[in-house]
Amino acid sequence: MTEQSGGAPKPQPRAPRNGPQQTATVEHLTGAQSLIRSLESVGADTVFGIPGGAILPAYDPMMDSGTVRHILVRHEQGAGHAATGYAQATGRVGVCMATSGPGATNLVTPIADAHMDSVPLVAITGQVASKAIGTDAFQEADICGITMPVTKHNFLVTDPAEIPRTIAEAFHIASTGRPGPVLVDISKDALQAQTTFSWPPTQDLPGYRPVSRPHSKQIREAARLISEARRPVLYVGGGVLKAGASAELLALAEQTGIPVTTTLMALGAFPDTHPLHLGMPGMHGSVTAVTALQKSDLIVALGARFDDRVTGRLDSFAPHAKVVHADIDPAEIGKNRAADVPIVGDVREVLTELAGALQTETAAGRSGDYGAWRELLGRWRETYPLGYDLPDDGSLSPQQVIERIGRLAPDGTVYTAGVGQHQMWAAHFLTFDKPATWLNSGGLGTMGYAVPAALGAKAGRPDTTVWAIDGDGCFQMTNQELVTAALNRIPIKVAVINNGALGMVRQWQTLFYNQRYSNTTLHSAPGQGGTSPQPSGGRGTRVPDFVMLAEAMGCVGLRCEDPADLDATIEKANAINDRPVVVDFIVHEDAMVWPMVAAGTSNDEVQAARGVRPDFGDLDD
Amino acid sequence: MSKHTLSVLVENKPGVLARITALFSRRGFNIDSLAVGTTEHPGVSRITIVVSVGDLPLEQVTKQLNKLVNVLKIVELEPGSAVRRELVLVKVRADNETRSQIVEIVQLFRAKTVDVAPEAVTIEATGSSDKLEAMLRMLEPFGVKELVQSGTIAIGRGARSITDRSLRALERSA
Repeated sequence: MTEQSGGAPKPQPRAPRNGPQQTATVEHLTGAQSLIRSLESVGADTVFGIPGGAILPAYDPMMDSGTVRHILVRHEQGAGHAATGYAQATGRVGVCMATSGPGATNLVTPIADAHMDSVPLVAITGQVASKAIGTDAFQEADICGITMPVTKHNFLVTDPAEIPRTIAEAFHIASTGRPGPVLVDISKDALQAQTTFSWPPTQDLPGYRPVSRPHSKQIREAARLISEARRPVLYVGGGVLKAGASAELLALAEQTGIPVTTTLMALGAFPDTHPLHLGMPGMHGSVTAVTALQKSDLIVALGARFDDRVTGRLDSFAPHAKVVHADIDPAEIGKNRAADVPIVGDVREVLTELAGALQTETAAGRSGDYGAWRELLGRWRETYPLGYDLPDDGSLSPQQVIERIGRLAPDGTVYTAGVGQHQMWAAHFLTFDKPATWLNSGGLGTMGYAVPAALGAKAGRPDTTVWAIDGDGCFQMTNQELVTAALNRIPIKVAVINNGALGMVRQWQTLFYNQRYSNTTLHSAPGQGGTSPQPSGGRGTRVPDFVMLAEAMGCVGLRCEDPADLDATIEKANAINDRPVVVDFIVHEDAMVWPMVAAGTSNDEVQAARGVRPDFGDLDD
Repeated sequence: MSKHTLSVLVENKPGVLARITALFSRRGFNIDSLAVGTTEHPGVSRITIVVSVGDLPLEQVTKQLNKLVNVLKIVELEPGSAVRRELVLVKVRADNETRSQIVEIVQLFRAKTVDVAPEAVTIEATGSSDKLEAMLRMLEPFGVKELVQSGTIAIGRGARSITDRSLRALERSA
C-alpha cells in the first residue's frame, strides 16, 4: 500500500483581520445580513459587483455596512478582473459579486484568469431559490458546475445557517496554500430566510491541508546540488511574489551569486536593475535569460511551473540541467519537467532554510564558484540587449512610448497590462524593482484585463499611481469600466498603445502566414484600407475616437502621435489626479516583439531579432 | 500503461463524485471502472477507481485529486496486497436441455442462481475480474441476454485500515 496523503495538521481557522465586531453572542438576522456581517468580519473592505434578482437581498444590508465598500462596475467581467487587480496589488483576497445566471457566467473568464495566475479571489453569486434549482428557472445557471474546473473550490449554500462558515472557509481556501479563486453560490431563499450569526465560525475542512514547511532533507540535497553546480540559474516564478519572499530571494541570490531570471508573473520579485538579473525567460524573454536556462547545469525553480511559454519545446528545454523545484503545490512538481530535488513548501521558508543550508555547505568548505558563468552571461547580455528601432517615418514607436511612461511615472507606480505586444513591451521596457508593481494576465492571457485590473489596484491602493498599459484591441473589450473609475473617483491612467490592429496576432501573420492579415485590422473594415498590404503609415478610420470615448466616459482624453510631444503628454497625464486619464498613443503598426522563440520550437532557436540567431560559440560540456 | 486501483476517501457531500470524474476527464485520463459507496463512517464515502496509466501520469492525477478540498485521502492498492472484487448479474438463455449445464458452471465458479424462468436463468457472481471473465466465456455459448457489472471494489489485506486516521481527523473537526 502506498499512502499518498500528507499527514499535515488540519488548518486552524484564520484569525479574522480587522473584524470590526467580533462577538461570540448569537444574533438573529437574515441570511443576507449574515453574509454582509461575514464579509465585514473576515476583513473584506471592497466588493466589486453588480446586483440582480437573485443576489438582491444581499445588496440591501450592503448599503448599511460601514466597512464594506461596494463598487458598482459596468460588466461582471470587470468586477472579476478588478477584484483580481485589487488582490494582486494589495496581497489581500479580492471580492466580486454578481447575480445568478448571466451575472455569474460573466464572472467565468476572470475566475479562470485568477485560477491560472493563482490569485486569491472570492466570487459571491446569487442563485435562484433552492426549490427552483434544476428547473431551468429564469436566470438559472449551474455556476458551481460551470466553474468547477476553474476554481480552487466552490460552494452552493442553500441553508442560511451555513453562510458564515462558508464565507470563512472560502477566504481561508482562497488565501492559503497555493492561492486561487473560490466561488460561493447562495440561493435567494437562503439570503431571505431568518438565521443566526456568530463569529468566528468553526471551519470544517478535513481534506484541506496545505503543506508549508519544506522537508529538511530535500533542502540539504538542494544545497548540495547548488554548491556542486557550475552554471546554476534561479528560475523565479509568481509564487515568490505570492509568498512575499522578495527579500529572502535577494538575500539568497547575493549570498550565492547565482544569476536570476524572473518570469512574466514574477516581474518585480527581484530588482530588474540588479547585476544578477538576466531578464525574463520564455517565448519573448531576453536572449540572455532564455539561453542561461538552456545552457545551465542546475535550475532552481522557485514558485514557477515550467509553463510552455517559458520552456518552448519541452523535450529540448535545458537539456543539461538538473532541477531543484520548490513549490507549495505538490502537483506542479514533476508535472512538466522531472525534478531531481522536489521541495514542497512555502517558497519563503524554502529560501530561508536554503540560505541556512548553503551556509553550512560553505562552512564545510563546499561552495560553488560561478564567476566564469556570470562573466559569460554578462557578455551575452552586452551582445544581445533588449532594444528596438525607431520607425523611419517619424511616427511613434510603441516601445519608446512604454519606456518613457516608465521613466516619467512616480517611483512605486503599479502597472497593469492587457495581453499581446504591448504586454511584452511593458515587460521589457518598464523597470520593475518592487513586488506587486506589475499586474497582468499571464496564464490565461485574457485580453481586456488591464483597465478593470487597474481600477481594482487603485481602489486597493489609492495613494499609488496606477498606469494601465493597454492595446487598442484589449481596450475595446473592457473600457466601459472607465465609467466606474470616473464616477467612483478612482483616477487610473490608461495608455492605449494604438497600432490599429490586433498586434500580436498580426505579428504572427507577418511571420508565419505570409503577411496575409486576416481579421486583425481594427481601424477599418475590409475594403476600407483594411486589407493587406497596409500603405505605410495608413491610419484607417480612427473609429472609435479614443479621446472622445474617454471624454464621454467622464475621463480626460489625450492623444499623442508625434515623438516630439511624447514626454509632455505623459507628464500632463501624470499631473491629472482627480479623474481617470486615457492617452491614445498612435504608434507604428509594424513594430514587432523581439526576441522570440517561435511557438513549438526549441529555446535553442531563440531569435534576437527577425532572422537573427545569436551565436553562443561552443559552450557544450 | 498498467492498471492501478485507487481508493479515494471523500467527504460525503453533494457534487463530490462530479468533481472527481470531471478531474479525470479534463486531465485526459480514462477511468476503467468506478465504484462508490459509504464506509463505516457516515460522513465518509469511498470511491474505488481503476485507471490504466503510466506511473508518472498516475502520480500527477493522484496529486491533482489530493488538491480537491473534499478528498480526504488517496491510497493506491497494490494487486498483491489487496483483495479486489467485482459483482456481475447475468441473464442467460436456458431451456430444459441446457439449464443443468448452466447450473453446473454456476457451481464451478461458486456463483449463485438468483432467478429462474422457463427461458432464462439469472446468475449472480462475485470475484476478481479474471474469474468473472472466465465464467462469462463459459456462459456465452448459451446466449447472454443481459449483463450488468459493478465497478471494482478493493480493500487492503492485513489488520491495518486506511480509514483510521482520516476518520479521526473528521471526528476531531465534528
